[in-house]
Amino acid sequence: MSENGLQFVQQIINGLTLGSIYALIAIGYTMVYGIIGMINFAHGEIYMISAYVGLIVITGLSMMGIEYMPIVLIITLTMAMLITSAYGWSVERVAYRPLRGSPRLVPLISAIGMSIFLQNYVQLAQGARNIALPPLISGGWRFGDAAGFQVYLSYMQVMIAVATTAAMVGLTLFIGRSRLGRACRACSEDRGMANLLGIDTDRVIALTFLIGAALAAIAGVLVGLYYGVVNPFMGFIAGLKAFTAAVLGGIGSVPGAMLGGIVLGLTESFTSAYLSTEYKDVVSFGLLVLILLFRPTGLLGKPDVEKV
Amino acid sequence: MPGQIKGALFSALVMLVLAVPILGIQITTEGSSVRLVGELQYAFIAAGLVFVFKLLEHPLSKLLGMTHAVNLLPSADRMATYRPAILTVLIIFAFIWPFTASRGAVDVATLALIYVMLGLGLNIVVGFAGLLDLGYVAFYAVGAYSYALLTEYFGLSFWVSLPIGAGLAALFGFVLGFPVLRLRGDYLAIVTLGFGEIIRLLLNNWDELTGGPDGIGNIPKPTLFGLEFTRTAKTDGNIPFHEYFGLEYSGTYRVIFLYLLALLLVLFTLFVINRLIRMPVGRAWEALREDEIASRSLGLNPTNIKLSAFTLGASFGGMAGCFFAARQGFINPESFTFIESAIVLAIVVLGGMGSQIGVILAALALTVLPELARQFEEYRMLVFGLVMVLMMIWRPQGLLPSKRPRMELPT
Repeated sequence: MSENGLQFVQQIINGLTLGSIYALIAIGYTMVYGIIGMINFAHGEIYMISAYVGLIVITGLSMMGIEYMPIVLIITLTMAMLITSAYGWSVERVAYRPLRGSPRLVPLISAIGMSIFLQNYVQLAQGARNIALPPLISGGWRFGDAAGFQVYLSYMQVMIAVATTAAMVGLTLFIGRSRLGRACRACSEDRGMANLLGIDTDRVIALTFLIGAALAAIAGVLVGLYYGVVNPFMGFIAGLKAFTAAVLGGIGSVPGAMLGGIVLGLTESFTSAYLSTEYKDVVSFGLLVLILLFRPTGLLGKPDVEKV
Repeated sequence: MPGQIKGALFSALVMLVLAVPILGIQITTEGSSVRLVGELQYAFIAAGLVFVFKLLEHPLSKLLGMTHAVNLLPSADRMATYRPAILTVLIIFAFIWPFTASRGAVDVATLALIYVMLGLGLNIVVGFAGLLDLGYVAFYAVGAYSYALLTEYFGLSFWVSLPIGAGLAALFGFVLGFPVLRLRGDYLAIVTLGFGEIIRLLLNNWDELTGGPDGIGNIPKPTLFGLEFTRTAKTDGNIPFHEYFGLEYSGTYRVIFLYLLALLLVLFTLFVINRLIRMPVGRAWEALREDEIASRSLGLNPTNIKLSAFTLGASFGGMAGCFFAARQGFINPESFTFIESAIVLAIVVLGGMGSQIGVILAALALTVLPELARQFEEYRMLVFGLVMVLMMIWRPQGLLPSKRPRMELPT
C-alpha cells in the first residue's frame, strides 16, 4: 500500500476508537431524550467523574500490590460503573425528578446548574490540574514497510473496540429481549400510556439514567487509560461532542447514537489529519449546526410533530 | 416517622457511596508516582448532612410552602403610584454615589453594571421571547473584539466603535438566528452553545487577526468629548481631562467616568427595552413564549419575531462587550468561555425571567457578593450551580417574578 493509503487506514483506526467513545456517551443522551424529552446536560460530567473513579481504583489497586492487568481492568470497570451509576441515579433524583411536568426549559436549566456543580465539586475535591494515569495496557501492532510510514494499532485501541462492542451488544439484547427493556421501549413510545398500563415510569426513567451512566463509565475509564490524563474539564467538550453524535444519529434512537458516534469520530480524525488540529472542534460543532438545520431528525431518527 | 428515618438512612448511604471516592479519597502526585490520600471525614460529614436534611425535609418544605404565600414586596398596584418617585431617587443616588465611595467599590460597581447590561440583553431573548440562548457570550465577544480590532487597525475611537460593535453583534445574531430559530427550544440551546464555542475557538486560533490566546492589549479608554483620562495626552494637541478643568491628576476620575458611562449605557438599555416591550413586537415576544402554536394561528410570524428578539439581545451583548474591552484595556478569549454565558443565564434565571428589576438585582448580587466574600472565591461556581438547580425546584419563576395584569376564568 502507498503511504497515503496507510495514512488513511491509520485515520480510520483513530476515528473508530474516538467514535466508540462518543457512541458510548451518546447512548446516555439519546436514551434519556427518548424517554423524558430533555437534554441531560450533566451527562458529560458523569463521564468525567467515571474517569476519576477509574483512576482512583487503579491507583488503589496498585498500592495494594494488585497489578495483573485483566483483574485490574475488570475491578476498575465494575467499580467505576457502580459508583458512576449511583451518580447518574442521584442526579436524576435530585435535579430532574422534582421537575417532571414543568415547561421544557426548567429541567434544562436545572441540568446546566447540575453540570456546573459537578464540575466544580470534582475540581474542589481533586484539584483543577491534569492528573496522569499510569499506562495499564501498552504496546501494539505495526503494519507497513519498516522504513516509511507505519500504521499503529495499539492494544488499548483494540481493547476500546472490544469493550464498546460488548457494551453495545449487551444493551441491544437488554432493550430488545428483557422485560425491563420492553418497559423502556414502551415509555419512549408513549409515557402516559405506559403508565396507564401499569409500568412504573419513574423506575424506568431512573433505570435509563443508570444505564446511561454505566456506559459513560466505561467510556470514562477507557479514555483515561487511552489518553493517560484526566482533568475536571474533560466532561464539557466530550459531552457536547457526544450530544452532537446523538443528534447526528437521530436523537432518541439507540442504534442512531452508535452510528452517530462513529461518524463523528471519523470526521474528527480526518479533520485533524487533513485540515488542522486546531479547528477539529469547530468542524464538529459546525457539523452539529448543519445537521440540526437540514435534517433535525438525524440519520435514523423519526420526525417529531408538535401538536396542540 | 420510621419510614422517614429509613429514607434518610438510605439517602445518607447513597451519599456515602457518591462521596467516598471523589470527596473522601484524594489523588496526590509526587514526582512520577501517584498516591491516594484518604480524607474520609469529608465523605462522612456529607452523608451526615444529607441524613439531617432528609429528616428535616418534610417540615422544611412545609415552612417554605408557607413563605410562598407571604408577599415580600407590597403589591404591584401600590408600588405603581410611587414607582416614578422611587426610580428618580434611585437614579440620582446611582449618579452621586461614586463621588463618595472608594475607588475599589466604584470599580466593582462598574463590573456589576456590565453584568446588568448583559442580563438585560439576555432577558430579551430568554425572559421575553422564551428562547434559551446558551451562547450569549459569543455576542459579548464580538462586541469586545470589534472595538479592540477597530481601534487597533483603523484607529477608531470608543464612541464610533460602540454602535459599530453593537451592530456587528446584531448582525451575528441575525445571521445565526436566521437558520436556527426554526428549531425547538432545547435544540436551539445546544446550537447556540456550539456557536459560542465556535466563536471562542476561532478567536483562540486565528492568531494573525486576534492575537490568539495572548489576546489584544493596549485598548484605549473612552474619552469625554475627546478629553483623555491619562496623565499626559497620548495624541498631539490634545489636553487631558484634568488639565482642561485645572484639576490635580488622579486615576479616580477615570474610574468614576467609566462607572458613569456604564450607568448611562444601562439606562439607555433599560429605556429601549421598556419601550420595546410595550410595542407590538414586545407583546408578540411574550405571546410567542406563552404559546407558539396559538400565536401562529393568530397570524404572527414566529421566525421574524424570534429573530427580532435574538438580534436585539445580541446587540446589547455587543454593546456590553465594547464597554468591557474599553474598561479592561486588554481582552483574550479566556474572558468569553461558556461559564460566562452560564453566569449571565443564572442572573436572568435568579432574577426571574422577564422581570427587569429582578435581573438588575440579581446581577448586582451575583457580582458584588463574590467580591465581599473573597475567601470563598473558589466555591463561587459550585454555589452558582447549586443555586440554579434549587431555584428551578423551588422558585422556577425567579426571586422577583415579573407581574403583569392577568385574568382567570372563575372555576
